[in-house]
Amino acid sequence: MSDYLQMLEDPEVLRELIMDHYKYPHHHSLTEDMKYRKVHMSSASCIDDITVQSDIEDGVIKDIRFDGTACTISTASTSIMSDLLRGKTVSEAKAIIDQYMNMVDGKDYDPALLEEAVAMKNVWRQANRIKCATIGWNAMKQMIEESENGHE
Amino acid sequence: MIDVQAIRRDFPMFAAHPELVYFDNGATTLKPQCVIDAVTGFYTGHTSNVHRGDYAIAAMNDRLYDGARDSFARLLNCLPEEIAFTHNATASLNQIAWGLSHDFLKRGDVILTTEAEHASNLLPWFRLSHDYGIEIRYIPVDEQANIRLDAFKEAMRPEVKAVAVAMVTNVLGSVQPIKEMAEIAHANGALMIADGAQAVPHMKVDVRDLDLDFLAFSAHKMCGPDGVGILYGKKDLMEQMSPIFLGGDMNARFQKSLTYELKHTPLKFESGTPNIEGVIGAAKACDYIMNIGLDEIHEYERKLRAVFLEKMSKLDNIVIYNPDNEYGPIDFNAKDVFSQDAAGYLASRNIAVRSGNHCAKILHEVIGTDSTIRASLYFYNTEEEVEMCVRACADISLENAIGIFF
Ligand SMILES: Cc1ncc(COP(=O)(O)O)c(C=O)c1O
Repeated sequence: MSDYLQMLEDPEVLRELIMDHYKYPHHHSLTEDMKYRKVHMSSASCIDDITVQSDIEDGVIKDIRFDGTACTISTASTSIMSDLLRGKTVSEAKAIIDQYMNMVDGKDYDPALLEEAVAMKNVWRQANRIKCATIGWNAMKQMIEESENGHE
Repeated sequence: MIDVQAIRRDFPMFAAHPELVYFDNGATTLKPQCVIDAVTGFYTGHTSNVHRGDYAIAAMNDRLYDGARDSFARLLNCLPEEIAFTHNATASLNQIAWGLSHDFLKRGDVILTTEAEHASNLLPWFRLSHDYGIEIRYIPVDEQANIRLDAFKEAMRPEVKAVAVAMVTNVLGSVQPIKEMAEIAHANGALMIADGAQAVPHMKVDVRDLDLDFLAFSAHKMCGPDGVGILYGKKDLMEQMSPIFLGGDMNARFQKSLTYELKHTPLKFESGTPNIEGVIGAAKACDYIMNIGLDEIHEYERKLRAVFLEKMSKLDNIVIYNPDNEYGPIDFNAKDVFSQDAAGYLASRNIAVRSGNHCAKILHEVIGTDSTIRASLYFYNTEEEVEMCVRACADISLENAIGIFF
């Protein structure tokens, strides 16, 4: 196991990661650029209200951005997602999203693929927060599917 | 005087969860054993439909079901036939709104409400506006959602035909001056409709004294079962109002020529098989809280809230949005912590509260925040529970809120 992955086992490190991504979220601004796809996510049961944008060209995710009001878990999980899936091909991204969804469901997953996203590994214990941990990821999944189906 | 320890022994949830501090009574309340027994007794001892069987058990259920109106009539000081059972406060409010549009209002008429209402007392009126051209106007409220009578009088124009407001608002617990409002509304020829969901369980509501035309509330927020709403209406108004649902049990006769005749009120509002066991349980709940005494409940909660407020006000990390409201829930946030994160932390300390916008999605424009934490009390809560909640609130921080996941 690499030092990096070992470090991501430490609860203190993971807690700091969530804190940092919440206080200083990455790629946290929207663009007017028309080539971006856009999904607005809000759920009736939680107060999170976020918009995620992505630029997917030739099967590669070139950029991900997001904005909105949301709790620590929603904000941090979306911020981490925006780091992790940037630059990935659509098929790589889909594999990572699958592993992530397994993890937040409390199933087996591959930590090496998920990198910093393993910070969310215990969220499934608070069932009502799973939707927070998946809100941005679901938005991205939706945009990837749209890009594959040739939707604008 | 309320003997809270004796009361707590009536509620099996406390024995099942000795560690739990249940401060989410605005959402729903716990049930005493007598209510549970009334509901399960129907399943184990006297199952039948109502108003149709010619056998002893069916007759017994008719008596229990229709007798439930007597309990609520005593609670509200009205006639039993002025009580109809629906499925929740929401269903009662929808019946009132639709009934008004069908039988009382016309295009261009105005309904007054406030921005502090629960969705259930807004969306049915919004629809009247879209479908029938009935105009909705908001009575101005102050930053703690209280209606001032001078502002209300000013809003009370000749074109206003109905006023629909919560007696106690669900987020801030503002107690509105309903009696004075009813007087002003009636002097203007407008109907007075009260959403009593957060009021009837907690204080004496005398519909004669308040001169209410319609009142809606739910049994589940007053120790009763889910799925039972109460619709009160003055008898002549109930007679004039058409039911939203038509079907079995509520018709007197119908012919193939498409004519039909309805039963008299309140039966015409209860189409199809009702929630029989729920209504029987609701009557038990009604008797149970009357036996404790609504004035006693009100006074106990007022004092407990005052202690709660005093202790919460001393915490530097807590912002309270309704400090001046004497009654109802305490609505707050922890500084720099999103409400859902803070509520998650409180849950890790076994304190059940609600975070979010509390189905009052336009209220944030009044109080200036999107989402809050609501801690709502009932007569079975104690000062020790208040202490535990305050101690946990003192520890809410971003670090601790994230810490619950590790
Ligand atoms: C003021 C108010 N009105 C109406 C309702 C709706 O009650 P129910 O969900 O039981 O229909 C509520 C419930 O939260 C409420 O607080």
